[in-house]
Amino acid sequence: MHELDIAVAVVVATLRAATPLVLAGFGELVTERSGVLNLGVEGMMLMGASAGFIGTVATGSPLVGLALAMLAGAALALLFGVLTLSLMANQVATGLALTIFGVGFSALVGVAWIGTPLQGLSTHIWPGLSTASPLMQQLMLLDPIVWLAVLLPFLAQRFLYRTRAGLILRAVGESHDVAHALGYSVLRIRYLAVLFGGAMSGLAGAYLSLAYTPMWSENMVAGRGWIALALVVFSTWKPVWLALGSLLFGFVTIAQFQAEALGLDVSPHLLAMLPYLATIVVLVLISRDATRLKLNAPAALGRPFHATA
Amino acid sequence: MRLSLEAHARPARVMVWASPVLAAAGSVAGVAILFAVLGRDPIEALRILFVAPLNSLDGLAELALKATPLLLCAIGIAIGCRAGVWNIGAEGQFTIGAICSGGVALAFGGQGHWWLQPAMLLAGVGGGMAWAGIPALLKTRFNAHEILTTLMLTYVAAQLLGYLVHGPWKDPKGYGFPQTRQFEPDAMLPMLIEGTRLHAGALLALVAVPVASVLLGRSMLGFRIRTVGAAPPAARYAGFNHARVIWVCLLLSGGLAGLAGMLEIAGPDGQLTPVISPGYGFAAIIVAFLGRLNPVAILFASALMALLYLGGEGLQVSMQLPVAVTGIIQGMLLFFMLAADVFIKFRLRWRPAPDGVAAGVATHA
Repeated sequence: MHELDIAVAVVVATLRAATPLVLAGFGELVTERSGVLNLGVEGMMLMGASAGFIGTVATGSPLVGLALAMLAGAALALLFGVLTLSLMANQVATGLALTIFGVGFSALVGVAWIGTPLQGLSTHIWPGLSTASPLMQQLMLLDPIVWLAVLLPFLAQRFLYRTRAGLILRAVGESHDVAHALGYSVLRIRYLAVLFGGAMSGLAGAYLSLAYTPMWSENMVAGRGWIALALVVFSTWKPVWLALGSLLFGFVTIAQFQAEALGLDVSPHLLAMLPYLATIVVLVLISRDATRLKLNAPAALGRPFHATA
Repeated sequence: MRLSLEAHARPARVMVWASPVLAAAGSVAGVAILFAVLGRDPIEALRILFVAPLNSLDGLAELALKATPLLLCAIGIAIGCRAGVWNIGAEGQFTIGAICSGGVALAFGGQGHWWLQPAMLLAGVGGGMAWAGIPALLKTRFNAHEILTTLMLTYVAAQLLGYLVHGPWKDPKGYGFPQTRQFEPDAMLPMLIEGTRLHAGALLALVAVPVASVLLGRSMLGFRIRTVGAAPPAARYAGFNHARVIWVCLLLSGGLAGLAGMLEIAGPDGQLTPVISPGYGFAAIIVAFLGRLNPVAILFASALMALLYLGGEGLQVSMQLPVAVTGIIQGMLLFFMLAADVFIKFRLRWRPAPDGVAAGVATHA
């Protein structure tokens, strides 16, 4: 293999591994910017992964699968919204329940589809992939969802800081009382942010089951939802930092495969610990400056809103 | 007219205990609907889920066997929650407890040491405490949130177990299966009831209930824990050391989870395998909430959750339903309870709509 080929392979693999983190992380970032902490990302991603897979296999169209995945993620997020926004339930506990439920529900609906073969998304788009040169094959692995993840941080930056809607979103997350007094419907904006977060998590899950490893297996998200949550904290709620964090994680994740490719004699189990350990390290690095975290976190994060007037 | 929530003058005490019962009832209804959707007879499925496991001595013994780890983990989690410390990683501490005590059993088993089981117990508890000590250190020293660190460490623990049973601890005579060799008989806990799998460790879990009750309700430490959780400014004013409370809570819950891991492998399992717990550490979070973070009520909640596990296995055998059904019911239980809890603080009221309708009513009057 040429050095160029190897370099391209590493970049492509990093981007692919970072994609689900960027998508789910950005969804959660918007949710948290509205002042809502949804810990159910893992569960929503699993729902998206199973719904996306089943939809694609059943209809033969990845587009239908992706739409279904986003709907499934949003449906679970709606449940979260009803409980935490309308009924003011504890957000942490509800998020955990969402994950436990999502793990179970996705396993139940997906049980008949374990082992079903599926053409990867890029093969679906480019049927000529198998005959292309190795370099082209690598580049073709970058499907439209990866490109969306590459563009997303820039779009998000613009949305949050340069649009009216972004300003309102941030206002609701910083002080719901002020936003309410100004006449904005706090609950409606939060519902929208929560639903958006769910749809993005669903999309991230579907990317895993349709493109990253085209198959369905129980619990296949394997903690990526939680890593995405940690990345949102790491990013101090800024889209560009979220993207950088995701890339870092994508790189750590593929270190596992790189080591195997290089023939290093390290147990795959020990290498598989890396992303989780890296999450802890990153979290420690960013959290040690408590003031910085406090200044950047949405001030109303996790606080329920009940309009009294 | 539209429905709205109105705050009670003071919390409705009835709802505090009615809401877990309502949640259980709601979940039963939800499950029945789920079975109907899946094309199974709901009545028969509910019978298999909730009644059939209790029909025999063996079933009751299995119930106590499964309730043991749930009870231990949930008590630890509840103590933490009282102080506002979220230990989501009991599953990982459980795994490390199993690994540490399993290591002792593999190294010293079969040599007739009287101290073997006490050493396994200490190793299990110590392992769990050490694993929970990491998030405690990261929280108190670096302000890193324990929800994420305890959870990440759970994934690390699972990989560590995988590494050991696939690698250095793999049984050379195990036909290539990823598992350790069977523990020697002297590393196995004595049985409580002959012919069942119920082991003496269940008694330890039972002892934990009154101990935790007294600790939380009748000791200075418990008072500090509750104050830090309920009113952090008051705790600060009283000079309670917040960092120490975090340490105590995480070490306690880690130790209890580690103990549960030790009991699991020295009781029913007798060896280390890649998966030791069917999610006990996570289910215990639900148990803790269902039991209102109260050790005595958690005893009953853990029995209910154990019944769900048993019934889930029964459904798998007799109706070919996947085990995942158990997880769905667990999630539903928590959802329903969180929803019912709203009515502790609020009540539903019909309120006239704020626009013309209300004005119309006013002029009419």
